[in-house]
Amino acid sequence: MNDMTPTSAERAAKLEGMGCKRKRVEDIRFTQGKGNYIDDIKMPAMLYGEFNRSPYGHARVKKIDTAKAAAVPGVVAVLTAETLKTVNLAWMPTLAGDVQMVLADGYVLFQNQEVAFVIAESREAAADGADLVEVEYEELPVNVDPLKAMAPDAPVIREDLKGKTEGAHGKRKHYNHIFSWQAGDKAAADAAFGKADVTIRELISYPRVHPCPLETCQCVASFDKIKGELTLYGTFQAPHVIRTVGSLISKIPEHKIHVIAPDIGGGFGNKVGAYPGYICSIVASIVTGRPVKWTESRIDNLSTTAFARDFHMDMELACTKDGKILGLRCYTIADHGAFDACANATKWPAGLFSIISGSYDIPAAHCLVDGVYTNKAPGGVAYRCSFRVTEAAYCIERAMDIMAQKLRMDPADFRMKNLIRREQFPYTSAFGWQYDSGDYQTAMNKALEAVDYRKLREQQKQKREAFKRGETRELMGIGVIHFTEIVGAGPSRACDILGIAMFDSAEIRIHPTGSGICRLGTKSQGQGHETTYAQIIATELGLPADNIAVEEGNTDTAPYGLGTYGSRSTPVSGAATAMACRKIKAKAQMIAAYMLEVHDDDLEWDVDRFKVRGNPERFKTMTELAWAAYHEVPPGMEPGLEAVDYYDPPNFTFPYGAYICVIDVDVDTGQVKVRRFYALDDCGTRINPMIIEGQIHGGLTEAFGIAMGQEIHYDDDGNVTTASFQDYFLPTAVETPHWETDWTEVPSPHHPIGAKGVGESPNVGGVPCFSNAVNDAFSFLGSTHIQMPHDNWRVWTAAEKLGLHG
Amino acid sequence: MAKSHVTMKINGKTVEALVEPRTLLIHLLRDQLSLTGPHIGCETSHCGACTVDLDGKSVKSCTMFAVQADGADIVTIEGIANPDGTLHALQEGFRQMHGLQCGFCTPGMITRAYRLLQENKNPTEEEIRYGISGNLCRCTGYQNIVKAIQYAAAKLNGVAFQEAAE
Repeated sequence: MNDMTPTSAERAAKLEGMGCKRKRVEDIRFTQGKGNYIDDIKMPAMLYGEFNRSPYGHARVKKIDTAKAAAVPGVVAVLTAETLKTVNLAWMPTLAGDVQMVLADGYVLFQNQEVAFVIAESREAAADGADLVEVEYEELPVNVDPLKAMAPDAPVIREDLKGKTEGAHGKRKHYNHIFSWQAGDKAAADAAFGKADVTIRELISYPRVHPCPLETCQCVASFDKIKGELTLYGTFQAPHVIRTVGSLISKIPEHKIHVIAPDIGGGFGNKVGAYPGYICSIVASIVTGRPVKWTESRIDNLSTTAFARDFHMDMELACTKDGKILGLRCYTIADHGAFDACANATKWPAGLFSIISGSYDIPAAHCLVDGVYTNKAPGGVAYRCSFRVTEAAYCIERAMDIMAQKLRMDPADFRMKNLIRREQFPYTSAFGWQYDSGDYQTAMNKALEAVDYRKLREQQKQKREAFKRGETRELMGIGVIHFTEIVGAGPSRACDILGIAMFDSAEIRIHPTGSGICRLGTKSQGQGHETTYAQIIATELGLPADNIAVEEGNTDTAPYGLGTYGSRSTPVSGAATAMACRKIKAKAQMIAAYMLEVHDDDLEWDVDRFKVRGNPERFKTMTELAWAAYHEVPPGMEPGLEAVDYYDPPNFTFPYGAYICVIDVDVDTGQVKVRRFYALDDCGTRINPMIIEGQIHGGLTEAFGIAMGQEIHYDDDGNVTTASFQDYFLPTAVETPHWETDWTEVPSPHHPIGAKGVGESPNVGGVPCFSNAVNDAFSFLGSTHIQMPHDNWRVWTAAEKLGLHG
Repeated sequence: MAKSHVTMKINGKTVEALVEPRTLLIHLLRDQLSLTGPHIGCETSHCGACTVDLDGKSVKSCTMFAVQADGADIVTIEGIANPDGTLHALQEGFRQMHGLQCGFCTPGMITRAYRLLQENKNPTEEEIRYGISGNLCRCTGYQNIVKAIQYAAAKLNGVAFQEAAE
C-alpha cells in the first residue's frame, strides 16, 4: 500500500454510516417548501368532503334532513348512516375488537361525532352544505367521568352492547365496562403488603391529552370504477395495516387497494388508527366516481381523532423501613371514550402497562385495569410512547417519590437502592418481562454528578428556610427520575394487530453501479428514516449512505410492515435492514471469492470491501461486487444483488434514562420556571447522534406541554372545552426550556446492531420528571401528590390549599 | 358566489386570479396557484405554518382574505432561495443545525425568520424565541431552530457562526 491509500477509518468516515451526525436527506425538499403532504395533492375533478358533527355529548338522533345541504350550489352528495348501510359500512371494526359508528346511527355518543358527510366541488361549498344538514336530536344524560362509569345508575353509553356480557377481552362487569386485564401475581403482591413496614397509596391520574401533530389527519380517496381499484393517499403511520383493514371492511380485494402515505407532518400516534373520515372519503369516491379529499380541521382533530392517556391509577407500594421495595399493586380505570378504538396490539387491551415496575427490582407485583365507556371521543393511542408505557412510567415514578417522602429518604437515594443492578440483566420482572440490558446505576450516577445533585438539595434546603422566614415567595423543586421503556413491538408470540404478527421488513436492492434502494414497512413522520436507514446500510454494506435511496409508504412497492409507532422502526425495521444487508453481503462474499479465486473463508470484511486474509492488497470493494453481481456471478448463482428480510424480534427492547429537572415556583402566581433540565438517555447503539438529540429535544418539549398544561377537558354536559390552540396548550419557543442531553450506550444484546429506539423515551421520562419537580417543591409542607397538568392556575390552587397565601 | 379579480406580486412575479370574497389567502396560494409550501395547521392563526411575507411583514395567510392581499407584494417559502438558485442562509442553517423534523412547520418558520432577520440583524436567543413565538413546532423543541436562525444571522452578517456552549 502506498501513502495515498485511505485508511479503514478514513474510508469508514466517507460512508457516513452508523454513529455519524449525518445531515438529513429530507431537509433539502422540506426547507424549500417542496415536501409532498396530503393536502398538497390535487387530482383532476377532485371533490372535497366535510362532516356535519354532533353538538351534543349524548343524544338520540331522531331525524336527519339533508335536503337543504344537497341544494347548496356545488354540493354533489350527502352521506348519512343510511347511505352507508347500503354498503354495510355504517359501523366499522376497531383495532381493539370493538365496533365504531362511521356516521351517527340512531345516536351520537360524544360531541363532534361525525353525523353526515357532505361532498362538494370546493372546500367552501362542502362547509356550507355541512352547516345546512338539519338534525333533530333528543338529548340524553351524559357521563364524562370514568370513575362514575360503572355506577349502578350511570347513563348507558352503548345501547348496541347493553345486553352483551362478553366483550372482545372477556366478561363485562357492567353495561359501560369494556374489559378487565390483569398481570402479575396478586397473592404474592398481597403477601408482600402483609409483611411491609411502610406502604403508600395514591390515586394518580394521567389526564386525557392529544398527540396533536401540526398536520391533521387527511386523505384523498380515488376509486377507479373500471378497474375496481382504490387508491388511498393518507396520513398513515401504518399504511399496510390500513390496506388490510380497508380490504376487510370494504370487501375490495387487497391487491386492488393501493395505499400511499407521502410526507407526513408529524404523527405521535395520532395517525395510526382508521377514522370515519377515511371510510367516508372512500365511499364518497365510490358513489361519485371522483377523487375525494378530506382534510380534518384542528378542532376536529383535537376533539375526535385519537386522544391519549385518561388513565386513573390507584397505586400502592410496599417497602421495608430501610427502603427496599417489596411489592406493588395498581388498580386502574381506563377511559376509552364512546368506542374502544384504542390502538394497541390486539392481545393487550391495556397495552404494555405492566412495565409499571419500571427500573426497579420489585419482587412481587400485580396490576388490574378496567376499561370503561364514557361520552368522550374514542381512541386511546400511544402519544409518543409505546402502548400505555407513559402512563406506567408516570405512575411508578410519582409513587417512588411519594414513598421516598414517607420514608424520609432522598428520592435519588431511594431509587439507587432499588434500581435493577447491572449483573441482574437479562432481568425478568415480576410481570414477566425480560429486560434486555442496562447499567442503571451508571446512568443515574452520571446524571446526579452532571447537575451536582447534592448541592442542589442543599440550595433547596436554604431556599425553603428563606421561604419560611418570608424572604422569598419562591419554592425550589427538583425532579429526579429513572425510567425504563418497553418498545419495539414486537415478538409475534406476544404481539399482533388483528392477527397480523408485529414483524417488520426491509427490502434492499443494490444496483450495478453500487447505489441502491431500500424499501420498508415503516413510515417516517419526521423521524428522518431516509437518512438513518441509509446509515445502517452504509455501515453494513460499505456503500456511501448518499448512494442509498430509502422509500416508505407505498404499499404496492414496500414490503409488508406494521408501520411506525411505539418506537418500533429502529428495533424492528432497523433490524430487518441489517439482516437484509447481511444476506446481500453473504452473496457478495461468494462473488468476491470467485473473482479472487480463494475460498469464502479466506476473505475478511474491511469497511467497504472483502480482502484476502494476509494479503490486503487483493480485495474487491462492494461497489465492484455490485457490478459483478450483474455480469460475472459464479456458475450456478442467480445474478442480481438484493434481499428482503421480515424481522420478527426475539424480544422487546428496553431503552432507559435518568432525568433531572430543577424548577422554581412562584407560590403567588403559580408560575413555574424551569431552571434546568438534564436528560441522559441510553438507547443502545446510536445510529445518528444528531437525530437522537433532536428527537430528545422534541419529546421533552411534548412532555413539558403535557406535564405543565395539556388537557382535553370536557364539562359535565359533554362539551369539549379545549378543542383549539386557544385552549389546548402547545409550548411555543418562549415557554420551552433549554434542554441538556447526555447519554450512555449499552447495546441491546438481541438486536443485530444493538439499537433500542429513542423517539419516545423523552416523553415517557420527561412527564414524571416535570411532575416530580413540581410536587417536590411542595413536599416539605406534607403534600404528597398534585394532579397534572401543572398549569399556573392549578399550581396556585395547590399553594392555596396548603395555606401559602396567608 | 360572484368572484373578484385580484392582482398581486408573488415571489417576484405578477399573478392574477379570480377569487370568492371569502377565499382565504392560503387557499388561493395552495389550491389555485399551487404554491403548497405554506401549510395549514390550525386555521385560527395560532400555529404559523401558513406564514408568508406580505409587504415586508410576516402574515398568517390563513387569517387573511385573498381580496385583502390585492396589490400586495408576497414572498412564500418558494421565493426564499437566492436569485441564483442557491439556498438562502436560513434554508442552509435549518439543515445544518437540524432545525426541522417532519418539515410541516418549516416553511412558515423559515419565512418568519426571513423577516425577523431583516427586523433585527443580530438577534439574541431570547429575541429569536420571542420572534418565532407565533410559529408552533411539535417536533424539534425549538432549540435547534434557534441555532439555525443564529447560523443564518452569522452567515448573512459575514461572521463565523459559533454555537452556544451547552
